[in-house]
Amino acid sequence: MRMKEFQDTSLIRQVTSSIHQAAEKLNGKPVKFMEVCGSHTMAIGHWGIRKLIPETIKLISGPGCPVCVTPSSVIDELIRLKGVTIATFGDLLRVPGSLGNLEEARARGARVETIYSPLEALKLAEKEETILVGIGFETTIPGIAHTILEAQRRKLKYFSVFCLAKLIPPALEALLRDDQAAINGFILPGHVSVIIGLKAYTFLSERFRIGGVVTGFEPLDILLGILRLLEQLPNPEIINEYSRVVKPQGNEEAQKMIKKVFGVSPALWRGLGWLPDSGLVIRGEYEEYDAQKRYNLRVRETEPHPECLCGEMLRGRIKATDCPLFAKTCTPVHPVGPCMVSSEGSCAAHYKYER
Amino acid sequence: MCLAIPGKLLKINEKEMGIVDLGGVKKEISLAFLPAAKEGDWIIIHTGFGLEIISEKDALETIELLQQAYSK
Repeated sequence: MRMKEFQDTSLIRQVTSSIHQAAEKLNGKPVKFMEVCGSHTMAIGHWGIRKLIPETIKLISGPGCPVCVTPSSVIDELIRLKGVTIATFGDLLRVPGSLGNLEEARARGARVETIYSPLEALKLAEKEETILVGIGFETTIPGIAHTILEAQRRKLKYFSVFCLAKLIPPALEALLRDDQAAINGFILPGHVSVIIGLKAYTFLSERFRIGGVVTGFEPLDILLGILRLLEQLPNPEIINEYSRVVKPQGNEEAQKMIKKVFGVSPALWRGLGWLPDSGLVIRGEYEEYDAQKRYNLRVRETEPHPECLCGEMLRGRIKATDCPLFAKTCTPVHPVGPCMVSSEGSCAAHYKYER
Repeated sequence: MCLAIPGKLLKINEKEMGIVDLGGVKKEISLAFLPAAKEGDWIIIHTGFGLEIISEKDALETIELLQQAYSK
């Protein structure tokens, strides 16, 4: 199933023309829509969506890249560990901490293994003390929960998880409480929504009068998302334009798995600070797998580079080119801030596609 | 990082595991969150886990509704 229909040029032209008509009705009033998810940021750049839509519609990136919102102190804590294998998704390897990054630590002899699936960390843990770096949003969290249960089933003694999981809806709430963001609508993350469903977002329209569209990653998906957001500006609601993948109730099996293993906690977001109920901790029954307890790991705020504006980027206040470091001191080869480090970061996407 | 890709479920093994075809590459994934998955289903996959069964019917419906809207 290739779903080429979602790249169909004649439908793309028609939807684009509807977007222009809808924007004209606003009489030149600018609107700002935030794409929450890093994969949407990449898709918007890749498909050249900004060139198709009127200039009055601003698309800004939000805090939807797990690598970008993970505080750099986490990297220092991991590098400090000795005699432990660090199993991590590749995305985190080049994030700079104050002691360098994990890739450099590996070159100096640290045991850092890149994994595709959390379950691969269990194979490593059969032979050696292994810590899984548990970064991710709701998309990734069920797999980490399942891996913890599987470690228990296999009675693995050398396995633990550094839980850095974060939840999207509380971050959106924090953004809306920040007046400077002035967001008119959200392009909601497709694969977070696969897990949590639509109900998790109803507070956006009910309490904040801001609409949201869950959508996919093909050009037609994104353009339809923008069109629906424009159409519903007077009566904001939460719409599912990705019904081929996202069910209204989400994946209830995965939700059960998350609840079984984790409890809700405050979490530290780079750029946003500590946000209540926006993170997860491993429940007491599974504490033998909690790396924070096992190795006394701490997550703390760190001072960013004085000129780095990633914090402002992640709040949707500025665009990449507003940062004095962008494409000068800060490039994908020598990234200064997290939005350039991650391949899905908004600065990296802008550098690659729209510079 | 929340990138998830579609694959076709070729075979269901014991213990909630299955083999998917990802554009010609065969890979083992966990079906722990998809108790209703059947061989032949298209599945959206992330970090080695099936997250949801893709509905071809819903996909075609979305496109048909659009085509109808623009043919008026």
